[in-house]
Amino acid sequence: MKILGSEITPYKTYLNRRKFIKGSLASTMLATVTSSAFANHDSDLSIYTKNLNENDKLNSYEEITTYNNFYEFGTHKKHPHLNSGNFKPRPWTIKIDGLVKKPQTFDLEKILSNVTIEDRVYRLRCVEAWSMVIPWQGFQLSELIKMAEPLSSAKYVQFVTVFRPEEMPGQQKRTIIWPYREGLRMDEAMNPLTILATGLYGHEMPNQNGAPIRLVVPWKYGFKSIKSIVEIRFLDTQPETSWETLAPWEYGFYANVNPNVNHPRWSQGTERRIGEFKRRETLMFNGYEEEVAHLYKDLDLTKFY
Amino acid sequence: MFSTRNFNRSKPVLFILILFPSLLWAYQFVTGNLGVNPIEKLMDELGLMALRLIIITLMITTLSNIKPLKSIVVLRRMIGLFAFYYVCLHFSTYIVLDHFLDMQFIIQDIIKRPFITFGFISFLFLIPLASTSTNNMIKRLGFKLWKKIHYLIYPVAILASMHFYVLVRADKTEPVIYMGIIILLLLHRIFKRLTRPQLAQ
Repeated sequence: MKILGSEITPYKTYLNRRKFIKGSLASTMLATVTSSAFANHDSDLSIYTKNLNENDKLNSYEEITTYNNFYEFGTHKKHPHLNSGNFKPRPWTIKIDGLVKKPQTFDLEKILSNVTIEDRVYRLRCVEAWSMVIPWQGFQLSELIKMAEPLSSAKYVQFVTVFRPEEMPGQQKRTIIWPYREGLRMDEAMNPLTILATGLYGHEMPNQNGAPIRLVVPWKYGFKSIKSIVEIRFLDTQPETSWETLAPWEYGFYANVNPNVNHPRWSQGTERRIGEFKRRETLMFNGYEEEVAHLYKDLDLTKFY
Repeated sequence: MFSTRNFNRSKPVLFILILFPSLLWAYQFVTGNLGVNPIEKLMDELGLMALRLIIITLMITTLSNIKPLKSIVVLRRMIGLFAFYYVCLHFSTYIVLDHFLDMQFIIQDIIKRPFITFGFISFLFLIPLASTSTNNMIKRLGFKLWKKIHYLIYPVAILASMHFYVLVRADKTEPVIYMGIIILLLLHRIFKRLTRPQLAQ
């Protein structure tokens, strides 16, 4: 199976394209109010669709930005869209610490000027058995890891979401233990499929999707793809992750998409692709078996789910 | 004001009020106005409505213990039957729209997933309640036996609220509120029984 859409765009061209899209947004906004908000994405959809797998169709910008699990803004699917208006994703810094040569804090702009922004169209499979196809813009996590210069003793990477209860109303309630935390094994983090996304559909990342920068690990359930990251820590032991801490009998550290390992609440054998009527079969590693299966050849996936 | 006659008079209005949401959701579903994941949304709304109606029937019994509100009990049957109506719609949405009559999958789902097991048993227990709801059935069974059958509403309510509780991933406030109300209503019934004079002797 081919990797979906991996057109390499230099950051400068990407910025220019973003300006172009913004410009076209402004003009269509004047024309019609109802459909204009999302109309700009249709202007050049071929950027994303040309590498699409034949069974997949892009989800619309509206679907991707109005149906989200981002408990920092509330527990209903609509909440992130409705409650994220006061969130300020700029200026933004990311703290790098733990087992690195030199702990430091990077300005996001500085990170972005040192990486290559690419288009990546990925399937996203939620543990709740629904899925989408999303055109992200971002760069490989491995690029940032190289900038961070981890020590050879670093075996795991931990990620932490921002904690701003005044801007993120969901954090005012202890639904889960804030801040949200996630983690990857070093080889998973270095895999070329793993990206830090800064945009979707050519837009800067919307607040409800994890502005300004989020992880995307397409072969794992969506909750692994942590949003609005402010800290990345390098560790020699497996870090605690939010959902695993909350309900270890339901969520594991690995959380690989796996139709053969069931969740107590949702069968993982099938999924509903948002926008489709009938369920479809869930693919092993969400269809990225070729790229990632080798990472787990010595691991009992029923035990390490 | 709270006479049997007035409660009976309010029935047509109540009937339309309780029926209306199901018609609205059906309309929104068909016209594509139930959001991005309409099947999930429809199932959630129908299920929540059913649970609320079940709790309301329990409340009616408790309220009817208050002398001036005694007659409110005449509304109970209609609301109970509406609860069954919403449960049936909820269950058929799951069977038909969500799983497209894939019976092998559905049976596995019911057996393997505790929250679906709770919901399914709750649904099964409601069937004898709904089917013995006519005056004729009360006569045929005798009031004592009929009443015994209708104690099934307690496991129905508890299982239905557990079904909801387990489904919610985090922030269990809403299901906990429903469970709390059910427990309070049950405690009130137990308290009433224990303090009944003839039993105390």
